[in-house]
Amino acid sequence: MSDQTYHDNIALRLIQFAVIWAIAAMAAGVYIAAELVWPTIDFGQFWLSFGRLRPLHTNGIIFGFGVSALMATAFYSVQRTCHTPLFMPKLAWFCCYAWQLIVLTGGLSLLAGLTTSKEYAELEWPWDIAIALVWVCFGIVFFGTIAQRKIKPIYISNWFYGALIIVIAMLHIINNLAIPVTIGKSYSLYAGAQDAVVQWWYGHNAVGFLLTGGFLGMLYYFLPKHAERPIWSYRLSVVAFWAFVYSYIWAGPHHLHYNSVPEWVQTLGMGMSIILLAPSWATMINGIMTVSTAWEKLRSDPALKFIVLSLAFYGLATFEGPMMAIRSVNIVSHFTDWTIGHVHSGALGWNAMITYGTFYFMVPKLVGRELYSKKLANVHFALALAGTMLYIIAMWAAGVSQGLLWLSVDQLGELSFSFKDIMASMTPYYLLRLVAGLIFLAGTILMAYNLFMTMKGKEAARVTVPAVNPAYGMN
Amino acid sequence: MDGLSLHKKIEENTGLLIFGILFVSAIGGLVQLLPVLNQDSLDTATVNSHLYSAVELTGRDIYIREGCHVCHSQQVRPLIAEVERYGPYSRADEFVYDRPFLWGSKRTGPDLHRLGGKFSDDWHRIHLLNPRSVVPNSIMPAYPWLAEREASETGNITAKLSALTVLGHPYTEEDIAGADAALEGMTEMDALIAYLQMLGTSYQGESEL
Repeated sequence: MSDQTYHDNIALRLIQFAVIWAIAAMAAGVYIAAELVWPTIDFGQFWLSFGRLRPLHTNGIIFGFGVSALMATAFYSVQRTCHTPLFMPKLAWFCCYAWQLIVLTGGLSLLAGLTTSKEYAELEWPWDIAIALVWVCFGIVFFGTIAQRKIKPIYISNWFYGALIIVIAMLHIINNLAIPVTIGKSYSLYAGAQDAVVQWWYGHNAVGFLLTGGFLGMLYYFLPKHAERPIWSYRLSVVAFWAFVYSYIWAGPHHLHYNSVPEWVQTLGMGMSIILLAPSWATMINGIMTVSTAWEKLRSDPALKFIVLSLAFYGLATFEGPMMAIRSVNIVSHFTDWTIGHVHSGALGWNAMITYGTFYFMVPKLVGRELYSKKLANVHFALALAGTMLYIIAMWAAGVSQGLLWLSVDQLGELSFSFKDIMASMTPYYLLRLVAGLIFLAGTILMAYNLFMTMKGKEAARVTVPAVNPAYGMN
Repeated sequence: MDGLSLHKKIEENTGLLIFGILFVSAIGGLVQLLPVLNQDSLDTATVNSHLYSAVELTGRDIYIREGCHVCHSQQVRPLIAEVERYGPYSRADEFVYDRPFLWGSKRTGPDLHRLGGKFSDDWHRIHLLNPRSVVPNSIMPAYPWLAEREASETGNITAKLSALTVLGHPYTEEDIAGADAALEGMTEMDALIAYLQMLGTSYQGESEL
């Protein structure tokens, strides 16, 4: 037994920020969903305009909510899997606050109209440089902690968090290379078709290594911990990890089917997207099998319910993705709301749900107090499931009908429907989607209240680093 | 060394793990990006390429600022229905001066790559000020502020053209020297409409498939 304690106040603070960003960015999402039903509710204000609010919504979710949650859980779990406090805790605090400042000012810059237009890389060059710097600090804290570990093997969750840090750094720097013109404007180093291929190499893998890889790190630590079962097959997790890191990066060009890029790039992207199904489902099966002897816990534990359900949506989204990457399916799905539905089955069903489950598990542990209300958490679970399903179903219906109606020609080869008519027929789906978003947001607000009451007046409890089992020690 | 003992080595060494992830994740990108970035036909100007004037470039940057690309694609796919609806499918050489590319990923509104010349300037003006006055069911936002702002204040046009010259766009010294004068007296809406009217018009090929 050593007298060192874990640095858990950082994780607690990051969770608070993550919840705040979740509510703010989801509220922005609900608002733009409403704008698609009632287009005049921007009241002629440029900063309420759909084109500016939508990137605010996506960036707020990915970088505000997503990255704050990933940093919180990475800092929490890396200490415990390495039996050592964080390396350079002051730098970790710097990462925590500098990141929030980037998200806040970055969000305001998007409202001001500063944008590169590249999806999930909209922030202009000053923010890109700041992101790169903070990201390097995140890497120093994370890998420094691993380097000073007391347990010899590096646990699987740390590989996924490690892949998140390394690959996102690579993607971010290469995709954002640009010539600055003014403080808020730059021109991409790449043009046209080349810019498109670089951007979707980034865009797809921001999804891959942040929203998939990073959150798999969360899964591999918190699922076994919470179910009180070891990973079903550690060997499968190893194989799936390397297969995932190798194959995900190839899949980007499926965003450019039938676009003005070389056909071989599209075909390669399609083939690798289908192959990607194997490591994705290997991980899902590994997760499901891990809880397979602990089903009874689902009855009493809302946190575990969230995590297991998130695995189901992970399986759904990672099946749907490869299918949409097939060229003949993509003809219909490309440019439609089906894509939006697909993204949300991942973002709501997988990312948000696993994060919610993890927060319900972590916060009581962090502050050393029972969750304020299990009942509210169960209500939240019902709202989250209903909201996600309604959202996906509405967007499937909208997307498939858009795709088919756009392509429809009559017997004479003339277009069957005008664009305007197809667009006007979307209103019921958009209204349903708005309701779905409101339901999901309401659940998130319930969680915020529940977590706030749980942590009210408390700091993170001091947890002493436990003794190392000599069988796994460094010597 | 079999696979598992090799892995045991990586699994117990931070440096090897970092290097392994970097190496394995870089392969796919190298195979896809390097040939594409070196393919001349993707970055060489042809008769179909159009160098944006100072006014059009300003309009394009306004298009980006307002997030038009969030709801409008600029990419006509080589499919019968798309060619009938929008015009000739998009070619890579039409985009060699597009920094960034604006192909988009979502068509909440229609594709705009072949928009140029389809409607009058006045139609665009009315449409941008109140889309529902000309397209009754439209869900597009209105952009009233564009009519009130000076195009010359959108950004530093001289610096923009100079930066693009560094990237190989063939602007002449006269182009750069005359850029401020070209924007004189124009609103942002004028510049945006100039850009919209130019979209897709430089393509010299057949109008059919």
